Amino acid sequence: MANKFDYSDAAVVVVIGSGAGGGTLANELCQRGVKVVLLEAGKRESSATFVNDEWASFGQLAWLDKRTTSGSWRVAKDFGGLPAWICKTVGGSTVHWAGASLRIQPHEFKARTTYGDVPGTSLQDWPLDYEELAPYYARAEDKMGVTRTNDIPGLPGNNNFKVFYNGAKKVGYSASTGHMAINSRPRADRASCLQLGFCFQGCKSGAKWSTLYTEVPAAERTGNLDLRTQAHAAQIEHDASGKVTGVVYFDADGKRQRQRARAVCVAGNSIETPRLLLMSASSRFKDGLANSSGQVGRNYQRHLTGSVYAEMPEPVHMYRGTTMAGIISEEARFDTSRGFAGGYELETLSLGLPFMPAFLDPGAWGPEYASALDNYRFMAGLWIVGEDMPQATNRVSLHASERDQWGLPVPNVHYDDHPNDIAMRTHAFSRGRALYEAVGAKRVHYTPPYPSTHNLGTCRMSANARDGVVNKHGQAHDIKNLFISDGSQFTTGAAENPTLTIVSLAIRQAEFIAEQMTQRNI
Amino acid sequence: MQMSETKLHDTEISPEAPIARGTVTRRGFLKASGLLMGVLGTSSAFLSLAPSRAWALELAVLSDSQGKALMAFSQTLYPHATLDDAAYALVVKALDNSAADKATLKMLDEGVRTLDLLTGGSFLGANAQTRLAAARAMEGTPFFGACRGTTVNNLYNNPIAFAHFGYQGSAWEHGGYKHRGFDDLIWLPNPPESASPAKD
Ligand SMILES: Cc1cc2nc3c(=O)[nH]c(=O)nc-3n(C[C@H](O)[C@H](O)[C@H](O)COP(=O)(O)OP(=O)(O)OC[C@H]3O[C@@H](n4cnc5c(N)ncnc54)[C@H](O)[C@@H]3O)c2cc1C
Ligand code: SF4
Repeated sequence: MANKFDYSDAAVVVVIGSGAGGGTLANELCQRGVKVVLLEAGKRESSATFVNDEWASFGQLAWLDKRTTSGSWRVAKDFGGLPAWICKTVGGSTVHWAGASLRIQPHEFKARTTYGDVPGTSLQDWPLDYEELAPYYARAEDKMGVTRTNDIPGLPGNNNFKVFYNGAKKVGYSASTGHMAINSRPRADRASCLQLGFCFQGCKSGAKWSTLYTEVPAAERTGNLDLRTQAHAAQIEHDASGKVTGVVYFDADGKRQRQRARAVCVAGNSIETPRLLLMSASSRFKDGLANSSGQVGRNYQRHLTGSVYAEMPEPVHMYRGTTMAGIISEEARFDTSRGFAGGYELETLSLGLPFMPAFLDPGAWGPEYASALDNYRFMAGLWIVGEDMPQATNRVSLHASERDQWGLPVPNVHYDDHPNDIAMRTHAFSRGRALYEAVGAKRVHYTPPYPSTHNLGTCRMSANARDGVVNKHGQAHDIKNLFISDGSQFTTGAAENPTLTIVSLAIRQAEFIAEQMTQRNI
Repeated sequence: MQMSETKLHDTEISPEAPIARGTVTRRGFLKASGLLMGVLGTSSAFLSLAPSRAWALELAVLSDSQGKALMAFSQTLYPHATLDDAAYALVVKALDNSAADKATLKMLDEGVRTLDLLTGGSFLGANAQTRLAAARAMEGTPFFGACRGTTVNNLYNNPIAFAHFGYQGSAWEHGGYKHRGFDDLIWLPNPPESASPAKD
């Protein structure tokens, strides 16, 4: 298909990545009359092409380009070539995501002030506070159709939720089906949830919000969007003044192309985004673009995570219905009497039978493990989402020798758990056990982290250019027409699932970019 | 996610239709290198779905004895007493596919020989305890990794296993679970409307 805008059109804004951040930003810019070239490495699927089959879907949607890992985290041992479980497809990881949409709490924006000096961390306050973001949260919730906001009823709880709810009550928590970007009623031309239970495999009913069938087509309808699929950005170029001028990418035929740009916004998720900046090093920017602070790729956060699966005395069939729609927020409070800073959420989760043996205890085998799988139909499950501590040494860097299919250096993801993370995970595991045992669990499993689904912090926001990569608008401190538009911006991870915040920041950033363009600042 | 060890999602044989014994053609016999055969248990949850109780599976590269040993090894790694052999045969089929690669075939062949050595001559003839000890001794080898990974990715990803473990597979063509039991659990009290509103 012919491009809508010329390669030489220097008036366009290039957005890299069509997921939560990039897809939203592209649409918001198009709505404001800005011409956007959206480069997406993946193909375009649809609700019609999604499959209710865990492994087949994984092959269809996941980002499987070569990556390496290092550090003491267990993911490096269990899934050494797959540090993150995210998507390469139009819509990005909003195709996989479960839909939990929570606001970061006011005190979490002030992590350094609230938690104090936690040794070994690079904690900072966000240069932005809750009040500033609140109006954008409201707009994001409306856009995404988040339940229990905008008069949208909550979702009905499934069997997994019933176990979760009753256990929660017994141990003194309250649980509900939470805030989900899944239609409980038809809304915004999308149907309501059919309780398919394949939310991670791309929602075939379209009930779950994804940029694939909301933001991207809305942007297309404006006439201002040029979406290029299977377009892998390889380098961002700049001129002698240090302003970025365009993006070099490999197109669907593997041909190298150069798109000129007035501004470039990077939203490739928190591994590819810093990788691209590092790969764009030049004689002027020897350590990579926007990296005068040395912070590009550092402070990688992934939420501490972990799951608890319990074999209950009676059947549960947890895989029926929404994969995640049950939440307990009591442990997300700030309370150091528990032995750690930060907090965590508990959320229902299920895996289908095909995935379960690979994840319940990766690498495990033998009669005892098999006997747990025998009880699959009796299992109930929850996921722990907690704030992990930022550490400068947890980082995405370019591998010295490994190359991908384009001949580009592959990203290495290094991660060590901080003692605070371990203390929090231990606490959360035992609370999960207590919850399920309170309703009769016969055997409880502590499942270690899956490959990271929440990837954050690698181009963090900071008030001071010395401490981070971008300012509170996601604009690079060093280069005013370069923006970071995904979860890489997060100064700290907070306890909440990140996407609602990514979308809110993207809406806010679009306003800022349009304004800066009007004022001819960029 | 044993990405490098095995193909994840395209087992070539169709588990929906285990080949009935009578339908295996003579030509098929000649072409095949090995053949695994079995009969579905009378209590098999899969029985009502299968065209016939008898099944047979042709192997392109592996021999009968290699196929049987690998099936027994897979059963040692993930023993499910009442799961039909036919499900384990699908693991062997996946290993057989991977053995199209010469180096993999060599590894599987040597692995089976080592299993025999570790069990006093015949892995197939050994009891469960001896087999388990042999498996432990093999842990960490590429052979073990390939067999374990292939089992994890194939044993539980077919209709025989779905029926056995109580998983219902693809839900889209059945309209999801909205009217098919997503909230049919009755051994605990129902949460109140405030926590879990009624469906629309
Ligand atoms: C299984 C799963 C469940 C989840 N559940 C939840 C949940 O319930 N709640 C929640 O808040 N979050 C959830 N998440 C996380 C959520 O999906 C992410 O936070 C969010 O999608 C991240 O947005 P992003 O814009 O940073 O990146 P993505 O959405 O991942 O988009 C990045 C896009 O950039 C493209 N790209 C990358 N590099 C390049 C390049 N060089 N050139 C061109 N294109 C490129 C990728 O192909 C991809 O499409 C879940 C994630 C997964 C995997
Ligand atoms: S459970 Fe609901 S949200 Fe999830 S895939 Fe099904 S219809 Fe979509």
